[in-house]
Amino acid sequence: MKRITVPAHTDRLDEVLTFVDEAMINTEMDAMTKNDIRICVEEIFVNIASYAYPAGEGEVTLGISCELWQTAITFADSGMAYNPLAKSDPDISLPADDRDIGGLGVFMVKKLMDEISYRYENDENILTIKKACVRHPAYS
Amino acid sequence: MEIIRMKTDDTETLSIIGRIDTITSPQLQTVLVEAISLCEKVELDFAEVSYVSSAGLRVLLMGQKSANTAEKKMIVKNISSQVMEVLNITGFSGILNIV
Repeated sequence: MKRITVPAHTDRLDEVLTFVDEAMINTEMDAMTKNDIRICVEEIFVNIASYAYPAGEGEVTLGISCELWQTAITFADSGMAYNPLAKSDPDISLPADDRDIGGLGVFMVKKLMDEISYRYENDENILTIKKACVRHPAYS
Repeated sequence: MEIIRMKTDDTETLSIIGRIDTITSPQLQTVLVEAISLCEKVELDFAEVSYVSSAGLRVLLMGQKSANTAEKKMIVKNISSQVMEVLNITGFSGILNIV
């Protein structure tokens, strides 16, 4: 697993996405799958950068492992305990004028990834997302 | 991200090149608000947009709401399959005028 630790600041987003791109470069994933993963990394990183450390500075550690069948990415921060999966999904059937601007990021992660899990352990928020890379022959 | 603006009669076309993400979406918001206030119709050309995150969706929603309030038209065209996937799963394909 490759790891990077950066300050939890939105201005570090490009650095984080470059790290993820480099980790995915020699994988079998198609462009759409890589794009989905980039979106989810942005959504989660920006959420942590925006909300995890209300009192000041903190860090986020990203770990990524690209296996043949699956990519897994883990985000760890020592900010305030927060389970993003506990938030209710936005109502996506509403017309524009009734739509709220919040809650879309986590919803997109839920929709785009195959698995998402959260745990609070040793004073850390740990969020893991997983996405199948290519179709496993057992299911094709 | 780069935005190329072109105005003809009552329509302004914003051709967006690159990613619409947390970092770049405020720039689009500024231009979009101005275009909607100045023109009857605003066309967003997404041919060169590879990526839209929720920050970008928020700007599109804000633009659509502003256009509705001002009784103007906002259109999004030439959407790639990657961006369309995001619009579909978030229900945005139902609230934007897509051509």
